[in-house]
Amino acid sequence: MGDFTEETIVSLKRQATILRRHVLRMTHNVQSGHPGGSLSCTDIITALYFHVLRVDPKDPAWQDRDRFVMSKGHACPVWYAALAERGFFPVEELMTFRKINSRLQGHPELGTTPGVENAAGAEGQGLSFSVGLALAARMDHKAWHTYCLMGDGEQDVGQTWEAAMAASKFGLDNLTAFIDRNGIQQEGRTEDIMPLEPLAEKWEAFNWHVLTIDGHDFRQILSAVEEALRTKGRPTVIIARTVKGKGVSFMENKIKYHGAATSDEELAQALQELEVLP
Amino acid sequence: MTLPQPWKSESQRTYFGRALVELGKRNPDVVVVGVDTTESVKTIEFGKAYPERLFQLGIAEPNMISVAAGLAAAGKIPYAATYSVFGSAHTYNIIRQNVAYTNLNVKIFCSHAGLSVGPDGATHQLNEDIGLMRGLPRMTVLVPADGPETAKCVDAAAETRGPVYCRFSRANVPTITSKEDPFEVGKASVMRDGQDLTLVGCGLMVARCLQAAEALAKEGVDVRVINLSTVKPFDTATLDRAARETGGIVTAEEHTVVHGIGAAVASMVATNHPVPLAMVGVQDVFGESGEAEELLQKYGLTAERIVLAARDVMKRRGTRSL
Repeated sequence: MGDFTEETIVSLKRQATILRRHVLRMTHNVQSGHPGGSLSCTDIITALYFHVLRVDPKDPAWQDRDRFVMSKGHACPVWYAALAERGFFPVEELMTFRKINSRLQGHPELGTTPGVENAAGAEGQGLSFSVGLALAARMDHKAWHTYCLMGDGEQDVGQTWEAAMAASKFGLDNLTAFIDRNGIQQEGRTEDIMPLEPLAEKWEAFNWHVLTIDGHDFRQILSAVEEALRTKGRPTVIIARTVKGKGVSFMENKIKYHGAATSDEELAQALQELEVLP
Repeated sequence: MTLPQPWKSESQRTYFGRALVELGKRNPDVVVVGVDTTESVKTIEFGKAYPERLFQLGIAEPNMISVAAGLAAAGKIPYAATYSVFGSAHTYNIIRQNVAYTNLNVKIFCSHAGLSVGPDGATHQLNEDIGLMRGLPRMTVLVPADGPETAKCVDAAAETRGPVYCRFSRANVPTITSKEDPFEVGKASVMRDGQDLTLVGCGLMVARCLQAAEALAKEGVDVRVINLSTVKPFDTATLDRAARETGGIVTAEEHTVVHGIGAAVASMVATNHPVPLAMVGVQDVFGESGEAEELLQKYGLTAERIVLAARDVMKRRGTRSL
């Protein structure tokens, strides 16, 4: 993916704002879905889909594409928004999200939505799935890379750690995981529900290469990915410190917006805050 | 009651392990994932033949299923194999979300199904997997009757696009089919023709159905025996014909009668052509420690019990005006 310029950063910021606006409209339109956790990982998704991933919207099944696995399936609004903006399907289709007869299910479905690589909803399965993908790529001597985005709530799930052990056992340096460390899960702060810290040390103990970044700083996201791609012999996990509801003043760090859509007034205010610069 | 037992007793696991090695030779996309039971379920043989294609994941069955799904998503044909209680019950929602819902090409092969696990006891004796798996959309469910059929299931699974679940026994079982017998996914095989009554079995109960048929023949009852080695997709044609032509059915399975093959046959029969029916199987209870045969006797999974059920069905049919 090479170096990134100031223009790249400006362009990614602009793109992220567009995706955030989609997330808010989509969840408002159907008055359900998970805006908070979509907004927290929007910058990661933007960096991946608009700078990092080698994917082809005209050929979603291209065999040598990089794989992106969304383990935190409830954040699919931002995934769908990114896929639409990248041209995998029409942007207008985003407003069918969670509606009857839609290709955009409330949680991701494999085979229905162009560009979607996995099914998720029940938490904690995506990293294992990514391990399978990475093993297959290595068997076939393929250069494509597997990226997996997990929520921090998913660090509660035992299977996450089963996958962590397997990935390091097999030395999967063609696998990079992100943790969207927004600190909030459905019922409260992660540290109240089930303390995760020291999280970086946990992953280090599992023999992963661990990076901790500001998950809203594109320079840090892109640098971390570059370092992950340079790292040989073991997988990398990027713990991205993020803010739930990022970008909308009244949603930031609010537990409520894990699974609640905005009202009409709130949407208007949010869209005003998320102005897309020309 | 003494019944003839002309068959030799063989391990389905051994057939499974050998068939996988053979399949692996023909198809380089076939890979195996294991969870600290590879020696027991004989996938270790595959690992010896193709070390780079067996992935040992430790005691982590949810991970096994999802890793298999990832491998399948990238074009591999993964066989995930362990004991049925770990490979199906423990992993049910992982299979549901990562394998069935995704319709990925994952093959789950589970040994140690049913009571015949023996001394390990109820924790290891899974009598619920057929019901769990046949309830999943897109899942093909296979229950081979013996060793040769287990080997055929291995090949058939690779040729079947999409998720497959196959369960078989830890205990040796009578070899009642031969390598040459045809096997087709979705097709029940008529092991013995008859006009008075039909016995439908799966797994090790098929041999017991054949024994029961022999005993019933001595009483002048002409019994048809069907091996329902594919539970799903269900062979409605063969079973419907049996109901219409013989007018009575007994099912036999090493599985709970709550949602196994008896329930599957009953629901088809009740919908299409109601006839008297009886189910031989585990009666909504857990097993216990004991030798395989002792358990099968104690829990009523015997040829004798099938004969009693057959007589009951014949009697009930007799009271019905035809």
